[in-house]
This record gives sequence, structure tokens and C-alpha cells, in this order.
Amino acid sequence: MALKYALYPGCAAKGATPELYQSTMAIIGRLGIQVVELTAASCCGAGVVAEADPDVALALNARTFAQAEQLGLDVMTICGTCQGVMGAANKRLKTEPGLRERINRILEPDGMAYRGTVQVKHLLWIVVREVGLQRLGEQVRVSMEDFQIAPFYGCYILRPSWDLGFDDPENPASLEKVIRAVGGEPVAYAGRTKCCGFPIILEKEAIAVAMAGANMKEAKDGGADFMVTPCPLCHMSLDIYQDRAGKAVNTNLNLPILHLPQLLGLAMGIPPKDLGVSRHLVPVDSIIRVTEKRRAETAKGRGGLG
Amino acid sequence: MRLTFTIQRFNPETEFHPHEEDYRLEVGRGMTVLDGLIRIKNEQDGALALRYSCRSAICGSCAMQINGAEKLACRTSVRKELERHGRIVVAPLKNLPVIKDLVVDMSSFWDKVREVTPWLSASRKTEPEQPSGQMTLLPGSYQFHNVDACILCGACVAACTSLEVSKGFLGPAALAKAARFVSDPRESAASKRARLVELEKENGIWDCVRCNFCVEVCPKDVKPMEAIIRLRRAALEAGLTSSGGARHVTGFAEIVQREGRLNEAVMPLKIVGFNLTRLLRVLPLGIKMLLKGKVPNPLAPPISGIAQVRSIFSAARRRPTPS
Repeated sequence: MALKYALYPGCAAKGATPELYQSTMAIIGRLGIQVVELTAASCCGAGVVAEADPDVALALNARTFAQAEQLGLDVMTICGTCQGVMGAANKRLKTEPGLRERINRILEPDGMAYRGTVQVKHLLWIVVREVGLQRLGEQVRVSMEDFQIAPFYGCYILRPSWDLGFDDPENPASLEKVIRAVGGEPVAYAGRTKCCGFPIILEKEAIAVAMAGANMKEAKDGGADFMVTPCPLCHMSLDIYQDRAGKAVNTNLNLPILHLPQLLGLAMGIPPKDLGVSRHLVPVDSIIRVTEKRRAETAKGRGGLG
Repeated sequence: MRLTFTIQRFNPETEFHPHEEDYRLEVGRGMTVLDGLIRIKNEQDGALALRYSCRSAICGSCAMQINGAEKLACRTSVRKELERHGRIVVAPLKNLPVIKDLVVDMSSFWDKVREVTPWLSASRKTEPEQPSGQMTLLPGSYQFHNVDACILCGACVAACTSLEVSKGFLGPAALAKAARFVSDPRESAASKRARLVELEKENGIWDCVRCNFCVEVCPKDVKPMEAIIRLRRAALEAGLTSSGGARHVTGFAEIVQREGRLNEAVMPLKIVGFNLTRLLRVLPLGIKMLLKGKVPNPLAPPISGIAQVRSIFSAARRRPTPS
């Protein structure tokens, strides 16, 4: 049975991290996931719009949920921040007495209403719980063996745990499970659940890059060859600002950062160019050299590119 | 059941670095981590230093790191920790200097609480229309959002990721306390504004990264981060809109209202504005991003259905009182 979702790509995947969108579209078919993209959906507010006006943020998300509801589909997010913000908004809209009615009155003039029947799920959760690690493992063509991979969860996919309800925020396991399923070895380090600093990186850069730098240094000291994250905002902080983050912790980090679907795509033997890895500021050559060699060997073994 | 407590020991007067020591202990049903620590101190090692008083999650003395997370030892069940982590590892709170073993120096914590003037100001005499300091708070006349439930245990401060790298940050506990006075009906409008002017400065409300750690670890459900967000909103409503953090919020909302989606090509300009030094800081990264195809079209058309998004914003503006 195909798993079908309303894809909510979020702003970053359609903006500064287009490789996240590209790699997502490249892998989902192999996992048996079908999507209908919510092309008319707005920004989730990222926790920022709510600082100006919580009702606007709720109404924007209720509008998105109503679009998915009309399709009869649950929402799939590919951004940790979107997941946290939309998951919390959805929970409030479903459970707080009178709230959905009040927010629907804002949507009413445009003929929209949210009935509260949609669930919001991150790709990571869908892979672990609905696709299943076995099916993921069956799709692996290029094992990630010998790679020490540092999981970096970011904040919004973990906390507050009562709004998310997937991983244990003190001891999350979903990224580790996925890393093992593709043959890699997860790096254990405390920074995996900490903050990348992105929300204040434009106005308080020194604080933000010190946070990102400390977490990447810890991962690197723990033996990480590269890092994987389910959040494109973390990716921006860890990749785009990595030079400055390294300076903040007096280390030449040179730590490639992969989006979750890029890791899955490389393991599935999808050509790197189809995963947008050339768009990163920190080169991922050290990974690609190994995976391409393995991919060629696999292809030889099968008598053609598989 | 016999199990091992791994406890971080450190005496800064005689040692350079902390070390861990293991204690084997027979534990019974319903035992808390604090029960275990007291037994270890009484039966195995009287030199173990820890702070506790009420044993009932009221006094806030026994906050510490248990298996890496900030918790009150007196309400943390040994059995549940074991089920969750498979071990019991105890360490002092982070972000505060260790005096000995599990006892930290709370001076900087108290200094920051004092810094937000955690009492009602006496300015009411100059503003006779304000309610007096002795008025009775009627239900519904105020909303503290549970920040008055804080027991000053320090768990949130120890978990704060911003404070970890920026020691001057006022931090979640003090800012939650500040929010309590900014929302107090007995406080005059002028004094609330004066508080917000102080709070929006360096090391204040805009240094929070919204990581939600304080919300997660608070044993009393104070949700300090949400208090910080209310302070940010109050600052914006008070017209304090020139700081980088304030511009981030207003600029972000403007872009979403106009285009339906955040455009990262426009966002830095909204925050940095025409400050040349800061612009030069952002520009090199912008060029690198451009070369990698990571800069979205700044003139991209709005999303389809943008009229609905804009009407959400204008409906909110027409609303009589923001919730």
C-alpha cells in the first residue's frame, strides 16, 4: 500500500536550501511515499510570526491544514522547525476549547475552515514508523559502513516533547536508527539535541556561531566524518556559517553536513548531482568519493547502474 | 535491586578536574534519586556534598543533572530513570560554578534575578489613575501564565543553550520573573515600559534562541521561553522596534504577509538595514550562497492564494484586543 501525504516543503526547501527539496523528491518514490505538494501553503511562521501575533501564526497554519484536509491527506514536513511549529499549532487547534472556532472565523471570509482531522508528520518519523527501517534497509545500494555519522536533531523536532510525542528528548533514537539502517555508525555526543543558533544568527551572530561551533566540535572530537540533520535551518547554520563557527571554537571544522534525505539518497545509490550536494558551502567530496566508488562496484556486480 | 549510582565529584580547592565515582546501592520501590544520594552520603561517603531541603519539590534546592537532563532529585524516580536511560548518572547543574560535588554557586543566578527588579515599583503616586499597590487581584484581571509558580531551582538556567556560550545573558529564570512584573496590573504603564527598555538591551530578551530546553526541563511548568516571547511581544507593542531582534520579527512578518513565504534573500536586509558594518558582515556569505545557487529570487512572485494570507494579517489587525 502506498503511503500518501500532502507535502509541506516549507520556505527553506523552496528558498536557501533547494537541495533539501530536490533530494526529498529523489528518494520518496523508493520508499513507497507519494505526495501531493501543498503549493498554495504559506510559511508556518517559524515561531517568529507568533512573536508578533500568535493568532496570525495559528490562522496561517490552520489554512495549511485545511488545504491538506480537503485532499484527505496528512501533512508531511521535511523541516524540523516546521514540524515543531505546525505540530504544536495543530495540537492546540484540536484540543483547546473554542480555539479552532475562533481561528476559523479569521479564515471564514475566504471560505476556508479547518475541522481538525489532519496529522502533521516529519519525513524522519514517517521513515521510522510508517515506511519502516526494514523497507529502508532493502533500498540501500551503497552502504554507509565505516562512516561515523553525527546525528543533529535540532530543537523543534524534540522539544517541547508533549507537543511532538515522537522521540524521547533526553535520549532520542530515530536518527540513530536511520543511520544504522543505512549501514553507518552514529556518533554519541551531548550536542546532538542542542541548538544550532540559527534563530538569532542574523542579529546575534557571535552567540549563534559559538553554539553551532561547540556542537560541531564535539561531534568532530567524537570521531564524526559528517553530520546529518532533519532541519534545513540547522543546515544553514551548520553549513553556511561553518567557517565562522569554527573560528568561534578555534577549530578548522571541515565537517560536511547532509540533509536527512541526502543521506538516504546516497545510500540508495542515487547520483549525488540529483541530491543537490554541490550546493553546500562545506564540500561533501570526502563522502562522495567513497560512495561513488562503492556505487560503481555495486553497478559492476549487477552488470549495470542500479 | 542493587544498582550503581555514578556521581560526579569535584573539589575545586584540591582538584583540577571533576571525576566520576560509582556507588553500589540497594534500592527499593518508589525510591527517588535524592533518597539514593542521601543514603550514599549517610552510609558510604559522608564527604559527598549535595544541597536539599524539603524533599517534596517545593524548595527547589536539589536541582541537578540526572542522566544529562536538569531535574529535581527529590521527584525523580530511580526506577523510571533506569527504564529510560539504563543507568543513573548524577552531576551538578551546568552553567554555574561548582562549589563542591553537586553543590553549585548560585550567585550569578540570584544576581540576574535581582537585575530585573523582581518587585513592584513605587511609581503609582505619580500616576493616580493606576490601581494601588494594595489592590486585590481579581481572577481574570491578570494573567501571569504560571510564571509565579517558579521555585528558583535553576534547572532552566543550567539547560539554557544561549547562556552556555554567553554568560552575560539574563537567562530564562530572571526573564520569566521579569514577565511576571510586566504583566502585573498594579505596575504602572511607565514603569512597564522602563522595564522593557532595560530588557531589550544586550543580554536581554533578544538573546534567547527559542531552543525550548527551559520549557522542557522546568519542574513547575513555568515555560520560561514563552514568558520571553510575551516580553518580546510587549516590547514590540511598546514601540521598541529598532533592535536586531525586533526587526527580525517585524521584517519576517512583513515578508510573509507580502509573499506568503519567507524569502531569505530579503530577510538579511530587513534585519541589518542600512548599517554598513553589519551589511559587510552578511555580504560575503550572500555571495558564496549566490555562487552555490542558494539565494532565492528576491523578486519571486507571491504564493498562490496570497490574498487569503494577506486577509489573515488584516483580520488580526482589525481585532479589538490581541489575545
